[in-house]
Amino acid sequence: MIGQLTIGERQFALVMLLALAVIGFAIAVAGRDDLLGGHGALVILVALAGIFAVIHGYYLPAPSEQRFERYYDDPTKVGIIVAMGWAVFGLFVGDWVAWLLVYPELTFDAGWSSFGRIRPVHTTSVIFGFGGNALIATSLYVLQRTSRARLPDQLSPWFVLFGYNLFCLLAVTGYMMGITQSKEYAEPEWYADIWLVIVWVVYFSIYLRTLARRKEPHIYVANWYYMAFILVVAILHIVNNLAVPVSLGHAKSYSSFSGVQDAMTQWWYGHNAVAFFLTAGFLGMMYYYLPKRANRPIFSYRLSIISFWGITFFYMWAGSHHLHYTALPHWVQTLGMTFSVMLLVPSWASAANALLTLNGAWDKVREDATLRFMMVAAVFYGLSTFEGSFMAIRSVNSLSHYTDWTVGHVHAGTLGWVAMITFGAIYASVPWLWKRESMYSARLVEVHFWLAVAGTIVYVFAMWNSGIIQGLMWRTYSESGTLAYSFVDSLVAMRPYYIARAVGGLLFLIGAVVGCYNIWMTIRTAPRTAGEAVSAKPDSVLVGTPALQPGE
Amino acid sequence: MGFDHGTLVWFSKSFGLFYLIGLSLLVVAYAYWPSNKKQFDRVAESIIRDEDKPWR
Ligand code: HEM
Ligand code: HEM
Repeated sequence: MIGQLTIGERQFALVMLLALAVIGFAIAVAGRDDLLGGHGALVILVALAGIFAVIHGYYLPAPSEQRFERYYDDPTKVGIIVAMGWAVFGLFVGDWVAWLLVYPELTFDAGWSSFGRIRPVHTTSVIFGFGGNALIATSLYVLQRTSRARLPDQLSPWFVLFGYNLFCLLAVTGYMMGITQSKEYAEPEWYADIWLVIVWVVYFSIYLRTLARRKEPHIYVANWYYMAFILVVAILHIVNNLAVPVSLGHAKSYSSFSGVQDAMTQWWYGHNAVAFFLTAGFLGMMYYYLPKRANRPIFSYRLSIISFWGITFFYMWAGSHHLHYTALPHWVQTLGMTFSVMLLVPSWASAANALLTLNGAWDKVREDATLRFMMVAAVFYGLSTFEGSFMAIRSVNSLSHYTDWTVGHVHAGTLGWVAMITFGAIYASVPWLWKRESMYSARLVEVHFWLAVAGTIVYVFAMWNSGIIQGLMWRTYSESGTLAYSFVDSLVAMRPYYIARAVGGLLFLIGAVVGCYNIWMTIRTAPRTAGEAVSAKPDSVLVGTPALQPGE
Repeated sequence: MGFDHGTLVWFSKSFGLFYLIGLSLLVVAYAYWPSNKKQFDRVAESIIRDEDKPWR
């Protein structure tokens, strides 16, 4: 890893890590009377670990000029491994939360393990840890392949990967200590937020600098989605996190917004996080890996452009559907509802585009579990967007809001769509990256596939049932006009579904562990002989498609 | 005259509506512009058969 960096880059890496250690020290001193001090210490530790790693490889010979003849894939490789690590951790915590709702004593009487703390640990680990790392890793891969250009330098991608994971680490450890902004999906406090902005700007600049050196004048659509993801997440993150800290030595901050404006800003952020983090980025993944794996160009490129702009225009206005029947002006709710319903059109256009691409290659889908992951993802994408548009209708939302129906919708989207497309993309990339014919075991990919599908279906059906029962119990009146059921009655009714959900989650978790083992074995059994020579072999030899000759 | 709620509502309900319609028309025109088709087809095809090497 370090051996691939030029001497200058190694020096610059050391300088940056030293600067980080100094910042950590300053935070630790300023925040010594606050929880912030602990995070300062954590930053110092992480920076020191980085410094040791760089020094360890510092005297390796400088990389040869030949490196310019290859793409720079080391950050992608590490990103994929880190993403799988976060997946197992985040899914484990998710399943823990699920069992906690069945057996409340599973906090073991500790503060850090209470529901309110480990729930955001779950959401952050899976969305940002697993999803985010997978997006960064695959985006760097796709960016280079589609623009036929090597990354502009070798240090900035490491900065992004390292910095991003530091952010995730600060977030997750912070929740367990009790540090939170209490804005869903934007829980980290001001100092972590500022750090993420820096990382994100570098990430976007890598994109622009690589694109500037591309061969093909037209930018392939997958990159548009990835860029929308990076750009819009930056905007959302900055606006929603505008806050004033109590002092520079204090972790706590107060939002610049108050009341209903705070709520609207938060859900403008929240919904667009779904749109641009959990959707646009993964659509970028889909538009590259699915055609590539199926060995067929996307069914309609035109449609992919139209759905891209449809999604970008419409999603921006849909956030208020999270605030139906609140103090938000009625017309804003109606606006959000209308745009949500219209959003179905570009969403289904993408899902249909994916499935129509596979039309005619169903034999491949049958044989190849990796492609099947992607197909199922497209189906769940279609399903969860249909469901979302439906739930956004105010009268439907009056039934679904506050119930497990929302949680079911969330996991149809995240398990069925986000995780499935990611596993598909990872299973496709790992052999390409480590220059193998295929994964270590196709059977294990198959096993993972069925565990994931079974887990998702069990989870989603359990939550649909429990959500609708909950919603109906809460709105059933007795003859005298009082509520027929107490809240506790509804809790008792939900218990069997909570058990089912936790079991489904366990299946999903086991699937991810199987996936990790398979990936690990694929890497370990990769031909060791002269890593350089092997990675110089063009991929196309392995993929079995003829390479396009220059000028063809 | 200030940047109050009324102004915002007026702006969203007038300009907000038409700029979205305008943008949509532009996008559809771009996607269906006949001379763009060749380029789109080439690009869609190109990712399938990419040589695994930077071009320079
Ligand atoms: C093993 C699989 C999983 C299990 C068992 C699980 C379990 C849970 C549980 C118990 C909750 C709390 C629900 C509540 O408060 O009533 C939750 C919330 C959530 N999970 Fe998961 N989860 C899993 C996978 C995932 C994945 C892969 C993602 C994202 C990529 C995800 C994203 C979320 C989100 C966004 C929420 C918040 C939902 C809301 O506020 O409505 N989960 N999950
Ligand atoms: C057309 C697309 C979609 C629409 C219109 C939509 C609409 C909705 C609606 C109406 C809610 C419930 C709000 C409430 O009652 O509080 C919701 C919640 C949610 N949706 Fe979607 N959805 C869509 C697609 C997706 C996808 C693809 C994902 C995930 C990959 C997703 C993730 C979520 C999450 C995480 C929440 C929970 C937010 C929270 O309360 O914490 N949505 N969505």
